[in-house]
Amino acid sequence: MDLYEHQARELFEEHGILVPRAEVTTSAKGAREIARRLGGRVVVKAQVKTGGRGKAGGVKLAADPAAAELTARQILGMDIKGHTVHSVMLAQPVDIETEFYVSYVLDRAAGTFLAIASAEGGMDIEEVAATRPDAVARIPVDPAEGVTGAKAAEIAEAAGLPAQTADVLVRLWGVLTREDAVLVEVNPLVRTAQGQILALDGKVTLDDNARFRRERWGASEAAHEGPLEAEAASKGLNYVKLDGEVGIIGNGAGLVMSTLDVVAGCGARPANFLDIGGGASAQTMADGLNVILSDPAVRSVFVNVFGGITACDAVADGIVKALDTVRLTKPLVVRLDGNNAARGRAILDERAHPLVQQATTMDGAAQHAADLAVSH
Amino acid sequence: MAIYLTKESKVLVQGMTGAEGMKHTRRMLAAGTDVVGGVNPRKAGSTVDFDDRAVPVFGSVAEGMRATGADVSVVFVPPAFAKAAVLEAADAGIPLAVVITEGIPVHDAVAFHAHARRQGTRVIGPNCPGLISPGQSNAGIIPADITKPGRIGLVSKSGTLTYQLMYELRDIGFTTCVGIGGDPVIGTTHIDCLEAFENDPETELVVLIGEIGGDAEERAAAYIRDHVTKPVVAYIAGFTAPEGKTMGHAGAIVSGSSGTARAKKEALEAVGVRVGATPTETARLVLDRLEAER
Repeated sequence: MDLYEHQARELFEEHGILVPRAEVTTSAKGAREIARRLGGRVVVKAQVKTGGRGKAGGVKLAADPAAAELTARQILGMDIKGHTVHSVMLAQPVDIETEFYVSYVLDRAAGTFLAIASAEGGMDIEEVAATRPDAVARIPVDPAEGVTGAKAAEIAEAAGLPAQTADVLVRLWGVLTREDAVLVEVNPLVRTAQGQILALDGKVTLDDNARFRRERWGASEAAHEGPLEAEAASKGLNYVKLDGEVGIIGNGAGLVMSTLDVVAGCGARPANFLDIGGGASAQTMADGLNVILSDPAVRSVFVNVFGGITACDAVADGIVKALDTVRLTKPLVVRLDGNNAARGRAILDERAHPLVQQATTMDGAAQHAADLAVSH
Repeated sequence: MAIYLTKESKVLVQGMTGAEGMKHTRRMLAAGTDVVGGVNPRKAGSTVDFDDRAVPVFGSVAEGMRATGADVSVVFVPPAFAKAAVLEAADAGIPLAVVITEGIPVHDAVAFHAHARRQGTRVIGPNCPGLISPGQSNAGIIPADITKPGRIGLVSKSGTLTYQLMYELRDIGFTTCVGIGGDPVIGTTHIDCLEAFENDPETELVVLIGEIGGDAEERAAAYIRDHVTKPVVAYIAGFTAPEGKTMGHAGAIVSGSSGTARAKKEALEAVGVRVGATPTETARLVLDRLEAER
């Protein structure tokens, strides 16, 4: 899960990294109040989980509280790369002398974390890395040893950062490990005219798998992007909303991803990704079907199950259960194979719902579901 | 022959006395796996009856290995305890640890993989279905009865796509099918399995299943170009996945322009690997290729 800038800032502050004074609000009036508290002149920054806010007009300087209110009014509600701005952060402006870039990222191939640092901060680091790779230092960190003072000094030196940044590098490693993050990035990290090292903007991605030992972000983690996501998450379903018309349910992330592709190859667009997981019960299946059927964009549904741990008869029971609780108005194409497939098919045959059709192959079922969605 | 797992393999199950551990130990035994013990410090000294076989429970992996000569451990313990379980297995010097557990924090995985490498323990997973050498042994949760022994090797990031391909190619059969898992940091990789299949005289062709996220498939392609002489047929899932969304597996995410299915497919095709558009077409490409070899 990505954090908002203001949440990342809060974490940095707790770990002893200097940050500008700032507060967050969801209203223009609130922006005026905050600007007053912060001394009048402020930077107003859209809080969205995507980059490129500055270019999109989501970051602006306001000279006084009245200007802050006006600016906040302009920014709130803006759409930045498909993300609606629901809140703004107002921060005290800083006298920047030099800008740097530092981050810790997961190196999947090496199975460890990598420090990435550059004396050229404040810009698109991927661009810098592509055009002038020498300007970016990439140093692996031994997970058992972590970033000690000596390691931090090594990273700073390799990147051409001033020695004073070493302390921030150690503290940032603390954010990564103690908060169970998979990415921490400070861009820019700045040296002010007064000689302080300050994290001006930051990005933190927390590990969803570590949720069980992390309570503080519970509320914001529950704040999903849409009502269907929230509904699915509350039922323990793995759901991603997409913008097509064929609803897709399957078991196992790989098979569901594959199902989306096969449907797309048949000339329709998938409306969602929904994985009922391994060993799903009839209830899970019914919950999943309910989530998908409540999406008005869905015109047909493809249930694609290869029973391994999951038993096809449980899936069929779930479909029948859902048919008893919702009025089905959209056609359902079902393909069951693997564990207890014959029993599952028989259950659906017995129920004989006019809108439920069975198919024997994945490709054939996908074509059928796609045709139904396009013609429906 | 087979890779990593044969009928001689002696298997311990960490977490055997839990609900999942029990269910899958029964299935493994039914598939012919020589399950020689479970591990649970609180139940050491007891036994668990599985139909016609009583399986002893040991207090630690080390104790189980001493008593039985076990050389494989299958880990079913919950995410919060998985790190300790793998560290214990590696410290005991087990040659192979198969980590089925899904949802292990990445910092824990990074820590236990680093330790296992130092100890010389091969880890498969986490968040994987394990591996099966049909007719010989099954370590994990792959259904054993959908295929048979044969001449194809299979390595896959996805459990259900593994089953799908095993089923589609059931008439040819497999030497070993390895589910390496869909997490960002895993132990055994596509490359490790390609190397092992290349060296296995009974494997005639390798099926490689990948998905969005990371660059493991691109690296596998480079390895195939330089080291693999046997035919490889591939399937990649996730062409329609949008950027920035995790598609079920913790590792399955397109970040910016990296990790796309298209890039992976192109990298594989550039080294002569045929890539199927659907699982069924992939199976057909395998059959065509085996036919052509005759």
